[in-house]
Amino acid sequence: MSAAIEAASAGVKVLVIDANEKAGGQLFKQIHKFFGSSMHRAGVRGIDIGRELLEKCEELGVEIWLDSLAIGIYDNLRVAVDRKTGFNEHKMILVEPKKIVIATGASENAVRFPGWTLPGVMGAGAAQTMINFHRVLPGKKVLTIGSGNVGLIVSYQLMQAGAEIEGIVEALPKINGYAVHASKLTREGIPIYTGYTVLEAHGKERVSEAVIAKVNPDWSTIPGTEKTIEVDTIAIAAGLKPLTGLAHMAGCQLTFDRFLGGWAPIHNEHMETTVPGIYIAGDSTGVEEANTAIEEGKLAGTAIAASLGYLDEKEADALQEAAWERLKGLREGAHGAERTQAKEHQLHAYAEYMERRGEVG
Amino acid sequence: MSLSASGVLTTEYLKEIGKYPSEERMKQGPVAVCECVEKIPCNPCESSCPFHAITIGENISELPCVTWGKCTGCGSCIPACSGLAVFVLNKSYSDEVGSVAFPYEYNYTFQVGDVVGAADRSGKRVCDGVIKRIVNTKKADRTTVVTLEVPIAFVDEVRSIYRERRS
Ligand SMILES: Cc1cc2nc3c(=O)[nH]c(=O)nc-3n(C[C@H](O)[C@H](O)[C@H](O)COP(=O)(O)OP(=O)(O)OC[C@H]3O[C@@H](n4cnc5c(N)ncnc54)[C@H](O)[C@@H]3O)c2cc1C
Ligand code: SF4
Ligand code: SF4
Repeated sequence: MSAAIEAASAGVKVLVIDANEKAGGQLFKQIHKFFGSSMHRAGVRGIDIGRELLEKCEELGVEIWLDSLAIGIYDNLRVAVDRKTGFNEHKMILVEPKKIVIATGASENAVRFPGWTLPGVMGAGAAQTMINFHRVLPGKKVLTIGSGNVGLIVSYQLMQAGAEIEGIVEALPKINGYAVHASKLTREGIPIYTGYTVLEAHGKERVSEAVIAKVNPDWSTIPGTEKTIEVDTIAIAAGLKPLTGLAHMAGCQLTFDRFLGGWAPIHNEHMETTVPGIYIAGDSTGVEEANTAIEEGKLAGTAIAASLGYLDEKEADALQEAAWERLKGLREGAHGAERTQAKEHQLHAYAEYMERRGEVG
Repeated sequence: MSLSASGVLTTEYLKEIGKYPSEERMKQGPVAVCECVEKIPCNPCESSCPFHAITIGENISELPCVTWGKCTGCGSCIPACSGLAVFVLNKSYSDEVGSVAFPYEYNYTFQVGDVVGAADRSGKRVCDGVIKRIVNTKKADRTTVVTLEVPIAFVDEVRSIYRERRS
């Protein structure tokens, strides 16, 4: 949406396609106040940031197709879309834009253990969608796997929705997310089991108990430390990985980086991938956060407006420079150094790849 | 256990790193404490203070620093903090009791005057307290600020209302 806003405000005609019933992705589930700089609306709840972006899109006349899935990108930037055309009615449509921005976000990593297919075992993101979007409580006694920010925030929101968190299990010896998020939970008496993993889940019709155990530094479990916890839900928050299907299919080059969640398309400083005309932004080019996704979207949007002749180069350069400045600020601090490096690596990989291709071609 | 292993901060640690107001300062009047000791990119507390008593600076990952002398204890920073990590402590109005103001984002039924259990940073019930104030401003955007009066010895420890675990 951020790319759409930048491009549309320069005069570009924009169509947004989203598989959800509402545009805005993750933001509509993020009912907590965001971190970041107050310049970037930190302290504002994610859901309100989403609403603002959506309103801006509507104001600018951006066309939005909801419940519509982009299923493939073919030669010459053609996109096949399974478009919703009515109640329970879909139609396959071929869209032929001049430029494409892929901003498909990320998908949740699974953790496999005996019993992981039992009803009640779900991704933390799914649990969050249920409580904050559909307003259904997935269960009353929840065990969360993973203490990253997603695990901590979703646990907190499950509590706000009326569930009890039976515990948060983290295999590392330390909590992975922000300490302030953890402290919010500990002062409500939520146990955080650092150095523990989930061994298995039991249950007949749905999960009824989980067995956890201490782990050695090499992740092998320590016999005799097993603990059985009565639960009706297990929420897995074991990280996200970029959703790269569309980019991959279009032939965009990817690189692997564990700090960005795995394989992700490489791009230049305008967010253009190795396939000319296809741009990428947000979690789909490396799992980060909403603020960075918004800035990357701005980069892609202004670059597109400039290359289509809607923005003069000077103006576009200034906008891009400002966005990079803000991105730099967002990637500072304890959790940012690795990401900064990984993002630089993507830019290098792009340059190298294009150079190699130039030599061959 | 360390903060990173348990998620529980201690008053001792805050004192050690110079982020806790002195006894003397708390005796003079209400004062804010930012229990935020990990470098994260975040600064709404800084811009929320009408008296410019909180500084983070250009690099938003620096730790917030409260200038105790400038702080009036007004509490504007409590709901502004995304990490729900700012508290206002007051040991100035009595020798027996003091108060702790904290953010609260759950449904509640308690009212001013109610006696409730008071929980420390680990969720343990350490004493009882009396609800003195419940504030919901538009600016606080659905974060309630509760002021709880507790025996003065517990002001440094109490950080929430005790919650009975539901199972
Ligand atoms: C629990 C949690 C807490 C978070 N807290 C914060 C926070 O405090 N601060 C912060 O800055 N960030 C936070 N984030 C991260 C932030 O939400 C994401 O980084 C951000 O939303 C990424 O934006 P995006 O546009 O890249 O992807 P998304 O928001 O995931 O959007 C992707 C969209 O693409 C659609 N889509 C995917 N594939 C297709 C397809 N083939 N066809 C059509 N549509 C498709 C999806 O339906 C979705 O709407 C949090 C995330 C989570 C899960
Ligand atoms: S209590 Fe008021 S004066 Fe003190 S730091 Fe917070 S906002 Fe500033
Ligand atoms: S707003 Fe809260 S979490 Fe953010 S820096 Fe200030 S005290 Fe820390």
